[in-house]
Amino acid sequence: MEDIDAIALLQDPVRRRLYEFVAAQGRDVGRNEAAEAAGVARTLAAFHLDKLVGAGLLEAGSRRLSGRSGPGAGRPAKVYRASAAERAVSVPARDYRTAAGVLAEAAEMAGLDMEVQDAARREGRALRGPSGSCGGLDGVEAVLTARGYRPVRDEGGVVRMRNCPFRVVAERFPPLVCGLNLALLEGLAEGSEVRVRMDPRPGWCCVAAEKSKNNED
Amino acid sequence: MDDHAPSRFHLAQFNVATLVLPLDDPRMADFVALLDPVNALADATPGFVWRLVEEGEADATGMRPAGEDVIINFSVWESAGSLWDFVYRSAHLETMRRRREWFRRHMEAHLVMWWIPAGHVPTVEEAMERLALIREHGPTPRAFTFNASYTAEEAAQAEEAAQAEEAEEAAQADVAAAAAGPERGSPVA
Repeated sequence: MEDIDAIALLQDPVRRRLYEFVAAQGRDVGRNEAAEAAGVARTLAAFHLDKLVGAGLLEAGSRRLSGRSGPGAGRPAKVYRASAAERAVSVPARDYRTAAGVLAEAAEMAGLDMEVQDAARREGRALRGPSGSCGGLDGVEAVLTARGYRPVRDEGGVVRMRNCPFRVVAERFPPLVCGLNLALLEGLAEGSEVRVRMDPRPGWCCVAAEKSKNNED
Repeated sequence: MDDHAPSRFHLAQFNVATLVLPLDDPRMADFVALLDPVNALADATPGFVWRLVEEGEADATGMRPAGEDVIINFSVWESAGSLWDFVYRSAHLETMRRRREWFRRHMEAHLVMWWIPAGHVPTVEEAMERLALIREHGPTPRAFTFNASYTAEEAAQAEEAAQAEEAEEAAQADVAAAAAGPERGSPVA
């Protein structure tokens, strides 16, 4: 299936809700759970989830959701998670990924980490918009959502991101590109009540955001 | 690959870093302060097997086999995935993000990985040989990087081929020596 056809599948609002829900969980999701979240019947959810698998947007597996195994544990349930494959369409055709890879490789070879971080910080400042500040954690989270990071706030008030928008280049040049990402978000958070820091974890973006300490009182 | 089955092979990694300043310089303090916590983090990371530590010391930063101002980092892991998670998905990434403040840029390969039999404790000499291999030939199954990696099976085949080649060379040397004798023909090309 071509990228444009796979993406067009998301035009259906139910399918879109199901995809967004599964992708946001960062783990295996069963049919019942997805149906409930999307507000549709289980059979309809199953139909759309399998369509998304067919398009390569989701991956399917099977798991005993009850955690039991052996005889009497029942048939394993079908589960879904976001696919690692990327789909992109640009009209007219553009290929910024190749350009990014080439530039990153040159910057890596030349040891330009500091220069890259300075440029990223300036870019982050430019993203703050006319008011010059993202305000509080809600404001920063809204910008992160708009930029595709898929932020999730934990009970402790720490915001982590499910999605790395720079994934392909970040996996090839982690220190360079994660350094770029942190500097970009530092620039974005400047003048706000939010502090960003590097806190990489498997399966998450390398940066965490939280309310800055000196603003807690 | 099954992550749960105990593997017959472990992954060794070795890297060198040329210091911009001696470790006791105040401008290196942030790096030095990260050594103990990051080493403790490595030791506690799932899949960690071993790291080089100088006798009587907490780490290997005093060992300088690659040059007076070159520190080394040498460890063994159960899989490439566990090493990746420590290097790039833990607090260790912070030391890499700031690498240009503390280390000179290397013109040659500064990192090498290779498969070893599980249970084998690799030596610094071995590591220097693998670094020389990747510097001479680029990434191969016997000496590679994350971006150009090989499986333990590919490495085992390459080791066998290398040993066969050495044996072949030795045999040819014998033939040549015999051919140099009075009544034999020309050596096999």
